Amino acid sequence: MIAEVENSIDTKEYFINMGPQHPSTHGVLRLVLTLDGEIIKKIEPHIGYVHRSIEKMCEKDSYQQIVHLTDRMDYLSCHINNEAVCLAVESGLGIEVPERVKVIRTILDELTRISSHLLWWGVMGMDLGALTTFFYGFRDREIITDIFEETCGARLTMNYNIPGGLMNDVPPQFSKRIKDLIIHLKKKLPEYDTLLTENVIFMERTKGIGILSREDAISYGVTGPAGRASGFACDIRKVNPYSAYRQVSFKEILFHEGDTFSRYKARILEMWESISILEQLVDNIPEGDFFTKTKAVIKLPVGEYFQRVETARGELGVYIISDGKKNPYRVKFRSPGFSNLFVLNQIAKGCKIADLVAIMSTLDLVIPDIDR
Amino acid sequence: METLQLFKILPEKIYFQNIPYLPGFRKMVGWNLDFSTLTRNIHDSLFSFFSPGLASAAEMVIIGLCFLTFFALLGLILVYAERKVCAFFQLRLGPMRVGFWGTAQTFADFIKLLLKEPLTTKNADKFLFNLAPFIVIVASFMAVAAIPFAKGLHAVDLDIGIFFITAVSSIGVVSILLAGWSSNNKYSLIGAIRSGAQILSYEISAGLALLTIIILTGSLQLSEIIESQRTGWWIFKGHIPAIIAFVIYMIAGTAETNRGPFDIAEAESELTAGFHTEYSGIKFAFFFLAEFVNMFIVSAIAATVFFGGWMPFHIGNFTFFNHLMDFIPSVVWFFGKVSLIVFLMMWFRWTFPRLRIDQLLTLEWKYLMPISLVNFLFMAFISLEGWYF
Amino acid sequence: MNEVSEYIKDVAKGVKTLLGGLSVTGYYFFHPKEIITQQYPENRGTLKMFDRFRGEVIMPHNEKNEHRCNGCSSCELACPNGSIRIVSKHLLLENGKKKKIIDQHIYNLSLCTLCNACVKACPTDALKMSQEFEHATFGRVELIKVLNKTGSVVMEGLEE
Repeated sequence: MIAEVENSIDTKEYFINMGPQHPSTHGVLRLVLTLDGEIIKKIEPHIGYVHRSIEKMCEKDSYQQIVHLTDRMDYLSCHINNEAVCLAVESGLGIEVPERVKVIRTILDELTRISSHLLWWGVMGMDLGALTTFFYGFRDREIITDIFEETCGARLTMNYNIPGGLMNDVPPQFSKRIKDLIIHLKKKLPEYDTLLTENVIFMERTKGIGILSREDAISYGVTGPAGRASGFACDIRKVNPYSAYRQVSFKEILFHEGDTFSRYKARILEMWESISILEQLVDNIPEGDFFTKTKAVIKLPVGEYFQRVETARGELGVYIISDGKKNPYRVKFRSPGFSNLFVLNQIAKGCKIADLVAIMSTLDLVIPDIDR
Repeated sequence: METLQLFKILPEKIYFQNIPYLPGFRKMVGWNLDFSTLTRNIHDSLFSFFSPGLASAAEMVIIGLCFLTFFALLGLILVYAERKVCAFFQLRLGPMRVGFWGTAQTFADFIKLLLKEPLTTKNADKFLFNLAPFIVIVASFMAVAAIPFAKGLHAVDLDIGIFFITAVSSIGVVSILLAGWSSNNKYSLIGAIRSGAQILSYEISAGLALLTIIILTGSLQLSEIIESQRTGWWIFKGHIPAIIAFVIYMIAGTAETNRGPFDIAEAESELTAGFHTEYSGIKFAFFFLAEFVNMFIVSAIAATVFFGGWMPFHIGNFTFFNHLMDFIPSVVWFFGKVSLIVFLMMWFRWTFPRLRIDQLLTLEWKYLMPISLVNFLFMAFISLEGWYF
Repeated sequence: MNEVSEYIKDVAKGVKTLLGGLSVTGYYFFHPKEIITQQYPENRGTLKMFDRFRGEVIMPHNEKNEHRCNGCSSCELACPNGSIRIVSKHLLLENGKKKKIIDQHIYNLSLCTLCNACVKACPTDALKMSQEFEHATFGRVELIKVLNKTGSVVMEGLEE
């Protein structure tokens, strides 16, 4: 009887265009949702709204000029992006950068990671409707951007790395400011837990939602905290250490649940790990030069060069093909956001619209990183 | 020693004597700002000047105008308060530019909203689309009419006051459903349907929480509910069950006004703006105003039922203390209590994440309703045994 | 009975976590000293940017209206966005030879990404980053600037 009635009713699918202008797509991502009431049946991501053809632009630029373009990809971990290009070029040239450069690069990497995660925490709360978290996250991030501003001259698009080293030496108060920051963060991060992590509503909203299995994480190439929350040990800092990551001891945060809450927790714990890395390095910045002299016009030998680094979102790969000229023949970026986005249909199917928002914020998408 | 003696003499003297300053006002309004003398005077003079029909018509017009002014003022003040309170929670200063500390900001915003073009989307159901904002405003208007603001300041003292207010204020959901349907917008429709499910469920526990106190008062009339709290507010006199009922009423009341953490009908990060996505100008202002007035109504009911409305803080038969409390005018008591409860609601909104629709219904049907039913029985038992103060 | 106690425990735990959240926001509400926002145009006098802050490219001149740019075009080549253009002119010397000197150093702020590459590339340290950050103008044309002042010449000893 029920089956008969169900067969006789002809219902159309309910589509919703989430984006390109939507408060929780954080940029210009467009998701076409097929809904059954509140329940999502299918998600189709449409990308390309901020495509600026950065890879193509790299082909006409010299190797020094490529670096500043990578600022505009994943703007929340721009320092790490810069470093990836510099490391690739340095390996191509066969330069060994001074120890001082390695340590400073690592410190700034971790600062970038913390600042990115702080922003993500604020926005995550806002997506779930707790608008106050946004301002708390930004308050603490502001201290880090101040350090960046003093060191690099810019708050977001820093462009501090150059092939061969750094643009300037660090300012004199650098380590003092970082120590102040560590004290501040150690006081404020527990507050985050009381405000959001332990909140019963937040727990209900995130636990057991959007489960990503380890197999799926590997086959979709989901890296970064999102992948590690599913038990996929993919931290490039451990797997393939670069800069000063060999010198420091830190824990790779791994969870096995793979749900939204473990992705959230992985990022919170990663901030603590980054703080411990900073503590280990901040007093041990070796003396020395802040750059190795390179030629004014860098020409990489003919060949292919690949470098991967761990950004705040996951694995960033830089692949350069050189034909011996002063411009690269081809540059390809393997951006973490792209792979992380396309797992969305897999994990958010059958969830509600509110869950989709929570899942999207724990995947921590930066749209310019996806589109490049 | 001396001060103690002074206290012994003072109250009686002041109680029975006319206070020398402001004699005229005192006489007109009565002792302790009793507005009943004032309203009676106006009533009598109107009826002596005009024929009875005309006089009552004039009375209605005056009351209507008073409420309109009150509405506008309330909206302006509450919006400003919300923005400031939220700013201070969020380490900001809030509006600071227009007027001293941004006090004229909401007024400027109001003018802006008035001047904006009231758009109607092309394929909208135009009649319903334009009707919805008026229903929402009328619903809250009617509810305000039955609220006693101060001693004697009461437009209609209905026998079924509480019942009337809860019934009338839930008409608002009709307008939300209409707005969501007629906008011809998918987000609006989802928002409206969510809101329908939400408000219908939360009416139950809100009603049960109020009933818990009505067992003790034995009357639905608001003036009698207040009068029954002459020896102390029900939240103290009714102790444990009254406090539980208050908490439940606050949760349900917040849900009924569609405010965070229950703002799933608007759900900015999910549905952009929910049911009022397509509204602009004055029609949007109506929805906006209604939200704040509803917040005021919920707080006013909570203040009246649990905290004695305009009744000052009295403890049993401590006549001296009670007289001392009587010096604070009843208007101050009422609005003080209401603003405290409003602040509480703002605090909730700016702290908690939003619930998901199914969790919202779970909270109501699996937690709030069973708890309030048990609480209701508990209160009935207490009232039967006379274990309240 | 066990289920009932579990239920009550659940409720109590939930309420406790909610109160924890309220206490955090409540603390900030009652401590206005923690407010981090600033009133911008009012605090202009005290607002100081860091020395390295990259506001815009400038060319410092000394009191004799001399700059350090000899028009070598290194910055023009180093710029990834083509926001710098150097216009040079030829000067006829007394011995009949022609000499190339800088006429205009044109800098387009609207194209600039403030990457500091030109400052790094300059062999004579003629360019610098200023800490100015208020760039709003009424027209895009106003963002195209000529960095060397009218009548200015290259410092002695820096000519090519």
